[in-house]
Amino acid sequence: MQMALFAYFGGAVVLSALFVVYFRNPIYSAMSLLAMFMHIAGLYVILEAEFLAGVQLLVYAGAILVLYLFVVMLLNVQSRGRFLQRQTPLVAVIGIFAAVDVIALLLHTRFYPELPAIPHPGVPTLGNSETIGMVLYTQYLFPFEIASLVLLIALVGAIVLAKGKLKYR
Amino acid sequence: MLNDLASAVIVIVAVLFVLLTTVAYLTYLERKVLGFMQDRLGPMEVGPWGLLQPLADGIKLISKEDIIPSDADKAIFRIAPVISLVPAIISFAVIPFGRDSFHFLGITTHPYITDINIGILYVLALSSVGAYGILLGGWASNSKYSLLGALRSAAQVISYELNAGMSVIGVLILAGSLSLVKIEAAQSGGFWHWYIFPQIVAFVIYLISGIAETNRTPFDLPEAESELVAGFFTEYSGMRFSLYYLAEYANMIMVSSIATILFLGGWNSPFAFLDFVPPFVWFMLKVYFFLFFFFWIRATLPRLRYDQLMKFGWKVMLPLSFANVIVTAIVVYMVRH
Repeated sequence: MQMALFAYFGGAVVLSALFVVYFRNPIYSAMSLLAMFMHIAGLYVILEAEFLAGVQLLVYAGAILVLYLFVVMLLNVQSRGRFLQRQTPLVAVIGIFAAVDVIALLLHTRFYPELPAIPHPGVPTLGNSETIGMVLYTQYLFPFEIASLVLLIALVGAIVLAKGKLKYR
Repeated sequence: MLNDLASAVIVIVAVLFVLLTTVAYLTYLERKVLGFMQDRLGPMEVGPWGLLQPLADGIKLISKEDIIPSDADKAIFRIAPVISLVPAIISFAVIPFGRDSFHFLGITTHPYITDINIGILYVLALSSVGAYGILLGGWASNSKYSLLGALRSAAQVISYELNAGMSVIGVLILAGSLSLVKIEAAQSGGFWHWYIFPQIVAFVIYLISGIAETNRTPFDLPEAESELVAGFFTEYSGMRFSLYYLAEYANMIMVSSIATILFLGGWNSPFAFLDFVPPFVWFMLKVYFFLFFFFWIRATLPRLRYDQLMKFGWKVMLPLSFANVIVTAIVVYMVRH
């Protein structure tokens, strides 16, 4: 059952990720991305990481992708409706490097013999969300704070860029 | 196993039946309430006191021609109303309607479809997915009014979703759980245990954000009829139009249910001597109070201007909800240690 679910979600993730690249219409690409985010959330649920699944939907599907769509719609990017588009040679070179990377990674990593159905033995019997909270604010406090600091800098940078133009116009 | 399956099917059918009937009759109720508030009668012709009006409306909408504009993006135009409605309906899977499990044909069932441990997060995540229906429908129509409505809606939903999510955190700190069943249970024993009192700020913020998220007056800028014809569903007709309508009403019920569960104690009765009233009835009464509130607001307040809406959301509500989270966290820490 779990293997079948994993096959479905994994396959759908790969397929929708391909569609993101192949669709010429940027709105269709964004929609494929939405499908991909949802199926990744499904993968998290199989791994019993419900909190992560919820946050994945809330943050990526609910906020980030809506902003992408917003921009795409406002910019009114021209689309010619064809499915497969011809890429520049540069993309082919980058693609080959990426493919080699992925294959090398796959060769060096052992596949999971089976999906971890039961929670990890190290994880206490608390609920999913409590565990993440405990770990995030004790063991991983420093990386967490670094990440929020980086986000803050990005935030300030965005405001400076937007406001700076307004002032001197 | 078979028993579990049967009980799940029974609850799902019951929830869907109650939900869709409520949605249909909310349209009637809204017209009646608005009518009475404007000193008129509302629908009176179809059936006694117009009670069969939703049925007549349904038949009308189903039998209407489904017009798709020739320049529309047909695939997305077709699927957008469905994207809007489905998340609105499936988010009811985690809403607990009562306390006691009940028996039906010898099978015991819970008063909720499922009690997942991220209940409130699930609801918030789905409500954010519902925004795609509006955004895509407006874009696919290939009409400037629709696109303007869709863009307004996207900006509005993102801004106010943040406030709704932040206002919920205070309650989560007090209840110590994301599960809606546990949040309700934590508020049992008299109305003074309800979270509306310690979380009055969050309650007001949630209610305002809820009205904004469902695109209701005074936040109905995505469909402002005096400037945008009908906003994002200008080009929709027949059943697809009514799918958007159903989604809006289902979202209203959702916001009312969440407000009931988080702040008014869900199925808990206000006084111990009123415990003989079934928990289900208390839940419904509170939900209907909020639904009435929606109509009341619509009859009372004029529409906001767009910049007012954005300023209010980001500069008033967001700092307030952050302050609420911080104050709640500090007080809870001080009390418990």
